[in-house]
Amino acid sequence: MPPALLEVNRLTKRFGGFMALHEVTIHVKAGERFGLIGPNGSGKTTLINCVSGSLPADGGRIVFDGRDITGLAAHRRTRLGLVRSFQIPKPFSSMTVLENLDIPLEYAAHERSDAADADAMEILRAIGLESKAHLRPAGLTQIEMRKLELARAMAARPKLLISDEAMAGLSHAEVDDILAILFGLSERGITIIMIEHIMRAVMRFSERIVVLDAGELIAEGTPDEIVRNPAVEKAYLGE
Amino acid sequence: MRRTGLILLVGAAVVAAGILLASLRVNPYFYFAGYVILQYIVIATAWNILGGYAGYVNFGTPAFFALGAYTAVFLIQSMRAPLPVLILAGGLVSALLGLGIGYLTLRLRGVFFSIATLALSIVLQTMIVNWEFVGGSRGLSVIRPSGPPFGNYVTFLFTVMVLLAVVSVVTARFIERSWIGRGLAALRDNEEAAECMGVPTLRLKLFATTISGFLLGIAGAPFPYYVTFVDPNSAFSLDYAVNALAMPMIGGTTSWVGPVIGAVLLGTAQQLATVTISSEMNLFIVGVVLVAFVVLAPEGILGLVRRLRRR
Repeated sequence: MPPALLEVNRLTKRFGGFMALHEVTIHVKAGERFGLIGPNGSGKTTLINCVSGSLPADGGRIVFDGRDITGLAAHRRTRLGLVRSFQIPKPFSSMTVLENLDIPLEYAAHERSDAADADAMEILRAIGLESKAHLRPAGLTQIEMRKLELARAMAARPKLLISDEAMAGLSHAEVDDILAILFGLSERGITIIMIEHIMRAVMRFSERIVVLDAGELIAEGTPDEIVRNPAVEKAYLGE
Repeated sequence: MRRTGLILLVGAAVVAAGILLASLRVNPYFYFAGYVILQYIVIATAWNILGGYAGYVNFGTPAFFALGAYTAVFLIQSMRAPLPVLILAGGLVSALLGLGIGYLTLRLRGVFFSIATLALSIVLQTMIVNWEFVGGSRGLSVIRPSGPPFGNYVTFLFTVMVLLAVVSVVTARFIERSWIGRGLAALRDNEEAAECMGVPTLRLKLFATTISGFLLGIAGAPFPYYVTFVDPNSAFSLDYAVNALAMPMIGGTTSWVGPVIGAVLLGTAQQLATVTISSEMNLFIVGVVLVAFVVLAPEGILGLVRRLRRR
């Protein structure tokens, strides 16, 4: 078995007296399409915040690409290739779409600033945003904003991309649009963790899924196994 | 690279022009007034590196300015150090304070950071008031050294301030156009996203607070020799806090030109008002102009010009 690209071992996170994550262990293999689901408030985003370094963990270890990154600052994790996108798009609003991509190209992928523009344009073309390159994010539609979020994450040259609800609030056709982009990235060898509420999308995309409920891992398996798992049904629908 | 050379050349030309101006034998008042305006170019530019580029609004400008001034007072009192040493030391001590304030940004953002800087100014003033060696609350007379390198001491200080203004503006322009400036802009727009896109936000913020502190310190260091009487009320004056913020806001905060435009316009207006109407009109003018700009042109004169050009 190949070593895991990302190993989260017994990760614990508390907010005061509230246990947001309790000894969560997840292993993601290189090249895998990995789904993370769970009801609202189950700790998905907290888990992602701990893995990406936005929040410090209270216990446990995180190993990425053979390296212990538990205490590493978020920007250092990004530079190693562990990149996330945000559930609510957080564009750099004073910059154009193109300049938004220049930031990770320069800071995470260490490209020279004069070479960055051409590469940024290439990423925008691949994702279908090239006609908007010189607009400010305020002039974008919802789906374009999600695409910008993904494009910017791509510009950091990820080995592992964590996509946090990139499809929430999008129409059926738009969901397929984003799914196609993520499948494309996966084909290029990028490992992807998808966090999503839209079951149709997660079930189609993921090779393996884990389910979080109330900060604990309650199930793990292929999409088919997850659908038939009684614990998952109980977490979502109650007794 | 060629542009950098050009900028340095322009800077040198401005300094040379300053020396030339200083050798003209016009009414000494003009040098006094010119000094104040130049000092505000330094202060507004320094404030803008943190407030404009990084988006951290500093209400504690007087703390940094006065720390530069009182470092100079201390060195004059204890060893009569020469002016270049005063400026360098004033800058370094204020830079250190800036570094300390930078660590505050770990926990304080937005308006809470601003309140902390305001509190800092008050704490520091209280300490100076209780420190007899530098004059305490009564203040202290400072005797200028005899025989400046050229002209009289006022024209000499004027030239020094021209040099400091050029140094500040060139520094700000360099930061703005470099990877540092792009990183600061990213963290101003969204700090969490910037960090997750590989921008070392803490390091950049510490850099911005330190450089900003340094420049505010060097603006304050020649102050004792300029006024020849330093007391806490004048060194920690509210004018500095208000002007440091108002000048970049009026000029435009996204470019190095903005604070310069704001400082020249507002500084000149204040000097004119002082001699023609009354010295109490200063802050009144700033207040009215600032309110007008915040309401009508929130991106300052630069934003206004950009909008007109696009039409």
